[in-house]
Amino acid sequence: MRNPLRSEGEAYRFLWIVVIGAAVIVGAAYINTWLGVAVAVLLFGALGWWLWGEPVPGAADPPKPVVSATPPGMRRVLVIAPPGTASVPVPDGAEVLVVVPALASTSESLTGDVDDRRADAEATAAALAAAIPGSRAEVGADDPALAAEDALRVFGADEVLVVGDGEMLDAVRERVAIPVSRA
Amino acid sequence: MSAAAHAEAHEHHGPPAPHYSSRIRPETLGMYLFIASEIMLFGSFFTAYFFVRIVNGTPWPTPPYHLPVFVAGINTVILMTSSATMHWATTAIKRGNVWGMRAGLTLTFLMGLAFLISQIFEYMRAGFATKDGAFPTIFFCLTGLHGCHVFVGLTILLFMTIRAFRGHFSADHHHGVEIGGIYWHFVDVMWIVVFTTVYIL
Repeated sequence: MRNPLRSEGEAYRFLWIVVIGAAVIVGAAYINTWLGVAVAVLLFGALGWWLWGEPVPGAADPPKPVVSATPPGMRRVLVIAPPGTASVPVPDGAEVLVVVPALASTSESLTGDVDDRRADAEATAAALAAAIPGSRAEVGADDPALAAEDALRVFGADEVLVVGDGEMLDAVRERVAIPVSRA
Repeated sequence: MSAAAHAEAHEHHGPPAPHYSSRIRPETLGMYLFIASEIMLFGSFFTAYFFVRIVNGTPWPTPPYHLPVFVAGINTVILMTSSATMHWATTAIKRGNVWGMRAGLTLTFLMGLAFLISQIFEYMRAGFATKDGAFPTIFFCLTGLHGCHVFVGLTILLFMTIRAFRGHFSADHHHGVEIGGIYWHFVDVMWIVVFTTVYIL
């Protein structure tokens, strides 16, 4: 969609488009009221066509993979574990953040019926935080890749460990630009 | 570690910088959201106007009152000219012409002020008040709402002009002028709609 107010120059140009359009409508309405209405409808349609005619810049671009880094001398690991995970082997001495995506079915997501799924994820997160010494655990988005992306924006990590199937692993790999492996 | 080195280290380590998912600068996005809310506000007033005039069939203007079309026309010319000077100011600063920008912003402010003062005199001499029926009520609400926006625009312009004279803007750094200009043109677009529907049609 075209944004007529994207810049001052475009806003100024849009102002004159509106001035000309208003003048045409007024002229038509002086000839005949219904002609004015018809011209107004036509011009509003043309305006809509013009506004929708341009794709949003960058909308078709693939999302940029999230890069991440840790302070020198530190090793940080992000673990993506689905609900029900009992334990995860993590490297010794690493600072660990476990994110449990609140996985839900399509119908549950669409209807917002995710309370039970979120409770499952919270229970798993609490269990994993207790099972992995020195780790933190929290509940993430219902999409594992999005959960990883969200976590990396506030937790710089050296690598991501994914507990789950190959599909989940591939989905996370596509979204982040740091090493991703299966736990 | 020096402050600069510390800042550099901070820049290269830790979590990534905040993500602007919209690909639009936050200040610009803020102005868009503000303008979107303004469009909805004006939309509610125009709905009332069309309801009174089209659905209820109230004569416009209701006899024996008359609308000061000539004065409003002069005001329209003033406002359109102020948009041109606003565009001149932005174009000037993009080319590094600081005095052009200052002159453009000052002229825009003065013309906006002239519009507002003229509108106040128009109200004083209108010969009707909001208590006189639906037509005066809608007239004062729509034009008054726009007048409030001109006042807000003038406040923004005042700060822009002060900043311009303090040397805050340059060819590389003039986002404040750009955003204020977008708002001023939006206010002018709304005036064209108000002038056309309320005074002309």
